[in-house]
Amino acid sequence: MTEKVGAVLVIGGGPAGIQASLDLAEMGLKVYLLDERTTIGGNMARLDKTFPTNDCSMCILSPKLVAAGRHPNIQLIMNAEVKGITGEPGNFKVRMKRYATYVDETKCTGCGVCAEHCPIEGVNEFDMDLAPKRAIYIPFPQAVPLVFAIDPGLCIGCGECKQFCKADAIVYDYESEVESDLSVGAVLLAPGYDLVDPKVKTEYGYGKFPNVVSNLDFERILSASGPTAGHVIRPSDGDVPKRIAFIQCVGSRDAQTGNTYCSSYCCMAALKQAVIAKEHTEDLEAHIYFMDIRAFGKQFEEYVTRAEEEYGVHLHRNNRIANLVEDSNGDLILRYHEEAEIFEEKFDLVILSAGARPPREAKSLAKALGIKLNKFGFCETDGFTPLDSSAPGIFVCGAFSAPKDIPDSVAQASGAAGKIAGLLGEVKNTLVQPKEYPAEIDVSGQEPRIGVFVCHCGINIGGVVDVPAVMEYAKTLPGVAYAEQNLYTCSQDTQEKIKEVIEELKLNRVIVASCTPRTHEPLFRNTVREAGLNQYLFEMANIRDQCSWVHMKEPVKATEKAKTLVRMAVAKARLLEPLPVSKVQVEPSALVLGGGIAGMSAAIAIANGGYNVHIVEKSDRFGGHLNTIYHTLTGLDPQEVLEETRKEIEEDEKITVHLNSTLEQLSGYLGNFESKLSDGSTVKHGIIVVATGGLEYEPKEYMYGEDEMIIPQTELGRRLAKGEFDAKNVAVIQCVGSRNEEYPNCSRICCFTAMANALRIKKEHPETSVYVLYRDIRTFGFAEEYYNEAARAGVLFVRWDPESPPVVTKENGQIVIRVTEQFIEDEIVIKPDLVVLNAGVRANPDNEELAKMLKVPRTEEGYFLEAHMKLRPVDFATDGIFLCGLAHSPRLIWESIAMANAAAARAMTVLSKGEVESEGATSVVDADKCRGCGDCEEACEFGAARLVEVEPGVMKSQINEILCKGCGTCVATCCNRAITLRHFRSEQIMQMIQAALDLEGKT
Amino acid sequence: MSSEGEKKPGSTGGEGWEPNIVAFCCNWCSYAGADLAGVSRFQYPPNIKVIRVMCSGRVEPQFVLRALELGADGVLITGCHIGDCHYLSGNEKAEVRMKMTADLLEMLGIGRDRMRLEWISASEGEKFAETMREFTERIRELGPNPLTNGGEDSG
Ligand code: FES
Repeated sequence: MTEKVGAVLVIGGGPAGIQASLDLAEMGLKVYLLDERTTIGGNMARLDKTFPTNDCSMCILSPKLVAAGRHPNIQLIMNAEVKGITGEPGNFKVRMKRYATYVDETKCTGCGVCAEHCPIEGVNEFDMDLAPKRAIYIPFPQAVPLVFAIDPGLCIGCGECKQFCKADAIVYDYESEVESDLSVGAVLLAPGYDLVDPKVKTEYGYGKFPNVVSNLDFERILSASGPTAGHVIRPSDGDVPKRIAFIQCVGSRDAQTGNTYCSSYCCMAALKQAVIAKEHTEDLEAHIYFMDIRAFGKQFEEYVTRAEEEYGVHLHRNNRIANLVEDSNGDLILRYHEEAEIFEEKFDLVILSAGARPPREAKSLAKALGIKLNKFGFCETDGFTPLDSSAPGIFVCGAFSAPKDIPDSVAQASGAAGKIAGLLGEVKNTLVQPKEYPAEIDVSGQEPRIGVFVCHCGINIGGVVDVPAVMEYAKTLPGVAYAEQNLYTCSQDTQEKIKEVIEELKLNRVIVASCTPRTHEPLFRNTVREAGLNQYLFEMANIRDQCSWVHMKEPVKATEKAKTLVRMAVAKARLLEPLPVSKVQVEPSALVLGGGIAGMSAAIAIANGGYNVHIVEKSDRFGGHLNTIYHTLTGLDPQEVLEETRKEIEEDEKITVHLNSTLEQLSGYLGNFESKLSDGSTVKHGIIVVATGGLEYEPKEYMYGEDEMIIPQTELGRRLAKGEFDAKNVAVIQCVGSRNEEYPNCSRICCFTAMANALRIKKEHPETSVYVLYRDIRTFGFAEEYYNEAARAGVLFVRWDPESPPVVTKENGQIVIRVTEQFIEDEIVIKPDLVVLNAGVRANPDNEELAKMLKVPRTEEGYFLEAHMKLRPVDFATDGIFLCGLAHSPRLIWESIAMANAAAARAMTVLSKGEVESEGATSVVDADKCRGCGDCEEACEFGAARLVEVEPGVMKSQINEILCKGCGTCVATCCNRAITLRHFRSEQIMQMIQAALDLEGKT
Repeated sequence: MSSEGEKKPGSTGGEGWEPNIVAFCCNWCSYAGADLAGVSRFQYPPNIKVIRVMCSGRVEPQFVLRALELGADGVLITGCHIGDCHYLSGNEKAEVRMKMTADLLEMLGIGRDRMRLEWISASEGEKFAETMREFTERIRELGPNPLTNGGEDSG
């Protein structure tokens, strides 16, 4: 066998490609991140906001772009494509071709003078052709890499840019394309998706009627940094639209275009766009026309309710818009059916929710790499191995294998990284160097020289707060040596700028006035570190989340408040001091809680990466909920997979099994946990994966438990598998215990189960009638095919409204179901001999106790709450603890498996490092002041504060900085003020209080 | 309410008076709740300035006293719900400590209502905004801090 190569080629730089690259890089693999475009960010960079949190897309993506752009183990290869591959898993040669941008990336500073002088204007594809760009351009201001590129299709070679480029970065005579080879151990495909061209749906007039736009067009229109600077105006005349309509399933679930699959994200995207548009224009009326509303993700249903009830978005169910026409004002008249009648409605602006199609490079990629595409042109994967392409050693994640939303894509990305770590674990750290920071500048004894960077955040801050005024004000504050304003302080060019200014002006403290330190402090701390400052010489003022966004209608007061917040930050910054960090060894092993398919998959992935794993299962056997599932939609046998996985667990030497066991006590922290298990063992481990699964809801409704003809779907599955099924008339009721007041969200899997069971009945018992009583069918992705197949096979679908749910009674020994069918608006009476309740998923009740032990949060429904819904789906906010499977939220088997691999990958980014750094912001005791009373020892939950006999009869408190979590409770407890919490010292806080109240602003 | 009793005519602020409020938010829940209020665009009055601490247990009585002494009209302390503290029980200790502080404020004639302790989780953006609105209103009713308007130092 040839030697393995510790490098990976990641193709596609969207959120999935970026996440995978970061994980792989953190695990010690060299990453080549290749993209056809000149920048990374993918379609996510185009989005204005993201559901269900309405987070600003760029705000959460930008730190990742910057992290990928600056990671020493990641090399960006832009404007390139792959041409061929040879070799075998572990050792491939990939042929790639790079197209010239005619700009030397090592010289370009991204200053933009070239574009200012370029006389040629074309359209910017990034802005969906709604804004101009120059022939030399960057697609968007936060671009990474921040390197201009010449569009050879536009450039006339006039030489203006070359003349003005001070960096001498423009090279006209580059060869237009250069081929070369990359040596890698694995390839990961993450090219994402492209939008279906709405023009193919000629009945909607896209491209013909100016006020018909696509969903991505509309994202750009909503975006503060988009072509209209965030003003929602219609393209034809710049008027502010008052009535807008969204048409769903444009080029999805559509036989005409051949795209019979569901694109998965468009329902939520339309709801989000409607909500955000209404935030822009208060009296706006928004209507969404859809077939089923597919809000199947974590807490999505609550978002739908909020959009409808709080924002007044109008939802028109069961609606396929026939066509639309334009009137002489450019308004659009929409024709649709409702309640068997045809209606016409007039709108100022129509948004087409265009679906996803395979990325344009799909075919050439498939050819170059020898992978199979499915019949729609997406990457083919197998049921339970969603991260493997058809070619060994080539993995896939994100929308390229099936349309999906960002969190699912990101989870898959980490999952694929986990699989690759299994393949290349033994050659990690062979091609990369650990990140080195410059030696720290000694600032002791220096007067404070503070630099203040005030962020516009597009118009997120600048649209409300007078940023230039805040900047000018900052300059007047004592200790401030420099202040500037930035469009986006978090962009890569600004990081460079900050470093330059620190160096040039010898700044010894830095303040960024922008968003929240909870998301952005690490980025800026890293920046100051790169400039040689200790990371604790940085402070943030949150003038967005806690100012411009919450005082949107009071710009003058918001500006005053922003000044105060900056003044407070400056007051603290004057007293900031460099803090040392100590390093701690990481115990190179994992504890996995839960022995279902998710827990087992995570354990195997971590063991494959080369680490010892302890897996703890409460019951006497592995498999969890999967033990009750006998068939799936795609026809695969879960029991087979379960058996194989179980065997792997039992045979893997690195895995220690703890059956009939639970976690009883946990101590320690990231890198150094110690657990006591109920089987008596004590385990040391570096990380924890929570995979405690979920439960099937036990119905209280529909006469469940009162008649043996009424059964849950798992029982139906069992009967079908065991040949015990003999019913002639089956009624399946959907959404049992889901989407109601007690449990507002969707259980995600029940529509799939319904189709799987219905199809199996129809196949094995064609004479049996099957009724599926549903609210919305949510067979997202390619599962839509099975919905169509079921309809073709004669399964009868009856849609009911939550206002009038089906009523189950027993009359003369016969079960009778009465339900008002929504299409025909009439009552239907069904007399089944078997009623199947498709009961939803419930969070594991054990989560409550466990959450307390782990000190991690849960949702209202009792699922664990991840660090960030969009971009950190498998991380907890607490370092070193990860989650996957139904512990997170309801998911399908293959999704749980992918997520388990993701949790494993994230865990391995810690395990592979060998050591972690402690917090610098810990408590210290002044031994002279300490009277040895022991109050702090009592107050400290972490055993960090301890009384020690320093000399005979003299007790003093000592604080272990590795154990100290920096909460500061001991400080407030100490009567003698002998304890100081570094970075939150009393003097620092007192200064902030004073600054907050100093209305004349003298401090 | 003693502080209301002491309010002098004219010290209700008259024109242009706006309550000045300092809030201490723990990093893990209530500061995140404040961020969520922002992301969700829940509007509240700009009178409140937040100081971030890692845990509500970090808040010393002297912070509250100092704020009032320097002219704050109200002080708010927010933390994770009991049971949710990222450091297990910091908020429980804060509760005890802040109760004592409130008693002290009452004794000093400043009035315990000028201080409030509230639990706000990371998912309670609306609650954060509502608390800000409500507390600002309450302080508006109470009028300016008696200490800054020549109010007596002792009850
Ligand atoms: S961390 Fe929120 S109160 Fe302790």
